[in-house]
Amino acid sequence: MAEDKTPGKKPAKKAKARKKLDLDRRDIPKQPVEARVRNFDEVALGYSAETAIEEAKRCLVCKKPKCIGSCPVEIDITGFIECIAQGDFAEGVRILKEKNLLPAICGRVCPQEDQCEGVCALTKKKGEIAIGRLERFLADWEAEQPDIEIPVIPPPTGRRVAVVGGGPAGLTVAGDLIRQGHGVTIFEALHEMGGVLIYGIPEFRLPKRIVKREVDYLEKLGVEMVTDFVVGKTRTIDSMLEEYDAVFIGSGAGLPWFMDIPGENLNGVYSANEYLTRMNLMKGYKFPDSGTPIVKHKKVAVIGGGNVAMDCARTALRLGAESHIIYRRSREELPARLEEIENTEEEGVTFQFLTLPIRYIGNDNGWVEAMECLRMELGEPDQSGRRRPVPIEGSETIIPFDAIICAIGNSPNPLIAKTTPGLEIGRRGNIVTDEETGKTTKDRVWAGGDVATGAATVILAMGAGRKAARSIHEYLGSLPVKS
Amino acid sequence: MFKLIDNYMIVPNIHLLTVEAPNVAREARPGQFVIVRADNEGERIPLSLSDWDAEKGTVTMAVMNVGKTTSRLAELEAGTSMPTVVGPLGNPSEIDEFGSVLCVGGCYGIGSIYPIARALKEKNNKVFTVLEARSSYLMYWEEKLRGFSDKIIYISRDGTHGYRGHVNQLPDIIESLGVPIDRVIINGCTLLLKKASDATRPLGIKTIVSLNPIMIDGTGMCGVCRVTVGSKTRFACVDGPDFDAHEVDWDELLQRRKSYMSEEAKPLRTSGCEKRGCLTTQPVVR
Repeated sequence: MAEDKTPGKKPAKKAKARKKLDLDRRDIPKQPVEARVRNFDEVALGYSAETAIEEAKRCLVCKKPKCIGSCPVEIDITGFIECIAQGDFAEGVRILKEKNLLPAICGRVCPQEDQCEGVCALTKKKGEIAIGRLERFLADWEAEQPDIEIPVIPPPTGRRVAVVGGGPAGLTVAGDLIRQGHGVTIFEALHEMGGVLIYGIPEFRLPKRIVKREVDYLEKLGVEMVTDFVVGKTRTIDSMLEEYDAVFIGSGAGLPWFMDIPGENLNGVYSANEYLTRMNLMKGYKFPDSGTPIVKHKKVAVIGGGNVAMDCARTALRLGAESHIIYRRSREELPARLEEIENTEEEGVTFQFLTLPIRYIGNDNGWVEAMECLRMELGEPDQSGRRRPVPIEGSETIIPFDAIICAIGNSPNPLIAKTTPGLEIGRRGNIVTDEETGKTTKDRVWAGGDVATGAATVILAMGAGRKAARSIHEYLGSLPVKS
Repeated sequence: MFKLIDNYMIVPNIHLLTVEAPNVAREARPGQFVIVRADNEGERIPLSLSDWDAEKGTVTMAVMNVGKTTSRLAELEAGTSMPTVVGPLGNPSEIDEFGSVLCVGGCYGIGSIYPIARALKEKNNKVFTVLEARSSYLMYWEEKLRGFSDKIIYISRDGTHGYRGHVNQLPDIIESLGVPIDRVIINGCTLLLKKASDATRPLGIKTIVSLNPIMIDGTGMCGVCRVTVGSKTRFACVDGPDFDAHEVDWDELLQRRKSYMSEEAKPLRTSGCEKRGCLTTQPVVR
């Protein structure tokens, strides 16, 4: 479909003339609600080959596809979809992996409705192509093949790069640089690689075996991985620069925010990071088989409306609690992925919109037992373009809860900023970088992902990693050849 | 993996673990801690550093066997490995020419007060070291500490060694020293820290405690270690672990320490075969 010069009705008509529009976006099979709220297995089960082909065939294969332009890593989306339509999955994987090193992950956690699927030519007719599901299909298909293709790696350049943080940004940088022949070592503070993919996103949304598969793949390519190593503590960036030609910082946004209201230090009040880390990284849901204890709560309030809030609420539900999302705006403003909001609603989490906690009330033993909150109404739009929530006078209400999970956001961890002279730090604790190259204000140091932008998405972190890797490669190429 | 060089019970229930962790040993400073796991399925717990050898690349921690993870650690044999020993974490203790300093250690804190006393002595302070334990047979490292202490004072609950009682004896001890004390530094369990802090408060002596709340990552990520100090919420892992004792909200800290008490006792009571048979996704009912 040609849609370059004259947006509007004309192109759609043209397309119609050429091909009968199929607006039936194929559903992804899911675990039935009754079953999945009792286990931690993945909710969405993935397309079968037949469904994937059907879905792919719906694509109009626009001549100037908008989807590609709105993908942070510019995947040739129509290219891989055409391959699926023709049943050539291997070629589809090749095209996908040219631009995206972690398709099994992005297919599951990208906010497609704000990116590729949001601008699909069929979106207006409510029949947008399920690009994320197709991406996931290809990645999962590849994982089932007996031999995963290992690309030919050029001879070693003798240059070495240290990557700080084993999350999406760091993994992308490592993958891109190792394929150029550079030596790469990733330093991870926790005991497992993957960053937020491991400690944050729950098993039911992103199975850890998938993250492990991608990490193993990088290891096969020759990336060295060091866990239990806190850069800024175990070793400073300056000390690493003596050994490495370049350093990339992708340490994420791991510092949890609290609301600074009375009662936040009561027992039973968690940061989302703590709650999710206990459950995911430490496998708390398997306690007492796993060593990290968790408390069984009866009624849990999750404060916030993002993906992290949904993850917490659904985890609490699976552990048998009555689970509530407390959000100060309305459903329309929820920042979480639409698919996850729907899953959360389906599973029976209660949403209390236009509600703002102002105080937590504890019992004699120091455990939280209730939340006092204000009801809100929406006023004028604020800086973010969303309507500002305004408290309704006299609307104070006390609601009993025996656990509170604060999921209102994170900022970058200050450990590296504090121990690295010459690194310019922004107002929100973020490392200041050049947007195009990821270069920081410190020589030979690059940064990208949440540590530069503040908490954002996996795919944006990967996009930033890709740009930084390109810039690092250019820099390394400018150095005299090492023998 | 981190190789265990040595592990033995130095006094009943307190074990000295020496582990090969060259990166930690190279950067370690007095007052810092590590996060360890005893096995792959195990939880992460913080342990104060009691000693290290940068040349040999080893670190030593005194561990009191009180729960599931510490009892696993106690069982580990030299030559085997621990999956995680990460650090050094937290800010080093402030070491300066203070004048006269009273270093107080109880239980595992006798171990971790040692590098602090050593560093203070190297800065030409007069160092008085107080060891506190239930009974004389629970004191250790007196020889090591003597090398860096002008005097060692003992407090035992049963009176078998030195003063009889608890750290509430500190005012008497300080008086008996006959010199003004410029700073008190205390390492040990939370109850000891609180009681010692209460004891020095009326004396108006600056008192520093090394806090030991529950932690997971130890890098500021989970926030479970938050404590109220001077009516502000601080993270013990990155803002501490040392804080001004007289500004700490002790009641809150003691309550937060108890968050998982019933859950922690559970695995100890459950035998291995019981565990294998039970539902893996069902948490324990409080």
